[in-house]
Amino acid sequence: MKKMKMFGLLLASVMLMLTVACGNSSKDKESTDDKAPATATETKTETKTDDTAAASDKKIVLGFSQVGAESGWRTANTKSVQDSAKEAGFDLKFSDAQQKQENQIKAIRSFIQQKVDVIAFSPVVESGWDTVLKEAKDAGIPVILTDRAVDSTDTTLYQTFIGSDFVEEGRSAGKWLVDTYKDAKEPVNIVELEGTTGSAPANDRKAGFDEVIAQNPNLKVIASQTGDFTRAKGKEVMQSFLKAHKDIDVLYAHNDDMALGAIQAIEAAGLVPGKDIVIISVDGVHDGFVAASEGKINFIVECNPLLGPQLMQAVRDVYEGKEVPKRIVTKEGVFTSEDAKRELPNRQY
Amino acid sequence: MVKHHLFWPVAVLAALLLFNFIYSPDFFSIIVRNGNLYGSLIDILNFGSPLIIVALGMTLVIALGGIDLSVGSVVAIAGAISCLLISKGTDQSAWSLVLMAIGVSIAVAIVLGLWNGVLVSIFGMQPIIATLILMVAGRGVAQLIADGQIITVSSKTYNYLGAGSLAMLPFSIFIVAAMFILVSLLTRRTALGLYIESIGCKPTASRLAGIRSRTVMLAVYMFCGLCAGIAGLILSSNVSSADGNNAGLWYELDAILAVVIGGTSLNGGRFSVTGTLIGALIIQTLTTTIYMTGVPPEITLVVKAFVVLVVCLVQSESFRKAIVARWKTRHYPAEREVKQHV
Repeated sequence: MKKMKMFGLLLASVMLMLTVACGNSSKDKESTDDKAPATATETKTETKTDDTAAASDKKIVLGFSQVGAESGWRTANTKSVQDSAKEAGFDLKFSDAQQKQENQIKAIRSFIQQKVDVIAFSPVVESGWDTVLKEAKDAGIPVILTDRAVDSTDTTLYQTFIGSDFVEEGRSAGKWLVDTYKDAKEPVNIVELEGTTGSAPANDRKAGFDEVIAQNPNLKVIASQTGDFTRAKGKEVMQSFLKAHKDIDVLYAHNDDMALGAIQAIEAAGLVPGKDIVIISVDGVHDGFVAASEGKINFIVECNPLLGPQLMQAVRDVYEGKEVPKRIVTKEGVFTSEDAKRELPNRQY
Repeated sequence: MVKHHLFWPVAVLAALLLFNFIYSPDFFSIIVRNGNLYGSLIDILNFGSPLIIVALGMTLVIALGGIDLSVGSVVAIAGAISCLLISKGTDQSAWSLVLMAIGVSIAVAIVLGLWNGVLVSIFGMQPIIATLILMVAGRGVAQLIADGQIITVSSKTYNYLGAGSLAMLPFSIFIVAAMFILVSLLTRRTALGLYIESIGCKPTASRLAGIRSRTVMLAVYMFCGLCAGIAGLILSSNVSSADGNNAGLWYELDAILAVVIGGTSLNGGRFSVTGTLIGALIIQTLTTTIYMTGVPPEITLVVKAFVVLVVCLVQSESFRKAIVARWKTRHYPAEREVKQHV
């Protein structure tokens, strides 16, 4: 009897929560509806100064599903998207997938149900998107991929892919290494800290790097293991590498955070990062730049997260039915320790 | 000796270490570097310490017949709170600031444990559901605290907790030792262990026998929260940063696995603190082994799963009997087989 009461209470509270939730969402809708005409009049009055805003008589609703907040890079990426959406006057529905594909699929489905105008997302992994992208296509909602690609063979499932060319990043890292060691007579032992297994940046940064260093048979990757793009894992794996291999010359980390963790491991082993072990890393987040300016990271291949403005332009073009290129590459650079020291004050992230 | 409850866990750990020894004899070499002991074994103890501490708390919860899925999230929350507080300070290495941060995050971790305990013991929710709430919500809370960022701190004092050394050994090992001794004494030198076992066996009977099962349950869940909090501090101070998303991710599963490998029954009522210690060491040794032997990242988890499967099978008495029986029947003389049918 007591249990039943308890259950009833629980049920009642759950139902209450549900009704409250429903109430909220409908209120939200109303409020956005309220806002829509207001912005419309605003844009009408502003037509003289701003041509691009004139075309849209209603606020464009953009659903954006982010991978998570696994690194400073991602945070900068999120901020860029949020800021430029505000600037462009879009209604941004932001969802954080916490690195899980199922969360992201759920988010995309809910965007479809909410009938957003455009969906943009950074896929956590490359595969397994066909079903949900098909649903979006059937609902007539254009999809834009940002930062990471999908391996789907049906390219009509998305409008465009905005992001870095990870293979090119791997190649840049490899090229610097080949140049640095072009006179090396002895074998150069490289250890590699890979990103999350199966993710596009991990696959491509490895492929591009391997492709270029194959030119020089002296350059050998002696150990490679995933560090999940995190500092803690990077440190743990590097510590094992240092025990298992006595003569490591070069570390290639797929992102700055793993490199930063590895630097701690190298220092704990009594070696000097950047001197005893040459470190190459990708991304160029603030902490990575600081380490580079201190000479602890020798070479950083930038992976520009500030793709917000380019994304918003593409969203507007797609929404207005304009033709967009299937591939939009973000602008990126490479930095040695010297460059990093000079550039550090100018970094936005 | 085979009958001893720690025989199989110890045998598995020994087998793993032996494999490493054969694969690379350097595995056991411990040298002095920068005035600290340095070697793979030290690494295993150092990186394994958060897991051991979480698993200790988990052991007691499981001995009660409960389970705590929220430990991973508590790990993340504790790390996020302490790093946030320290990063706000002007002098990040100040003792008072670091101690305050540690105190606050430990207190929060205990409160989170209390939350679980209240749901389970007072409201009578199923432990797996009650703690699932915090497991899911907690990671969000950790991210809210950290504002979705990785908080980096540059505090030498805080860093000492997870990466410093005392008497040539990593400091975290001493925390583990203290916690282990505390739990062992509390459960085996006082009546508390007996209470926990009896509640794990039969809560109603224990209550009728005069044990205040609610109080014991609350205390045990709070202790589990405390353990997770300490582990969170060690993990975040080891890398001097708090990562709300990944800190302690899947820790609950590793901890439960460590407890089970150590010979504690998931049905409750029987537990072994030493077994848990060995179980956690097995898991960490396995992880290190995988890194050292260069297993390709794509199949790391498969290798791990396979070893765990073997460990569990070896520990199962029915499985061992089945194997032995099979082997025996095949060696029966044919006449005996015939005779039995006569």
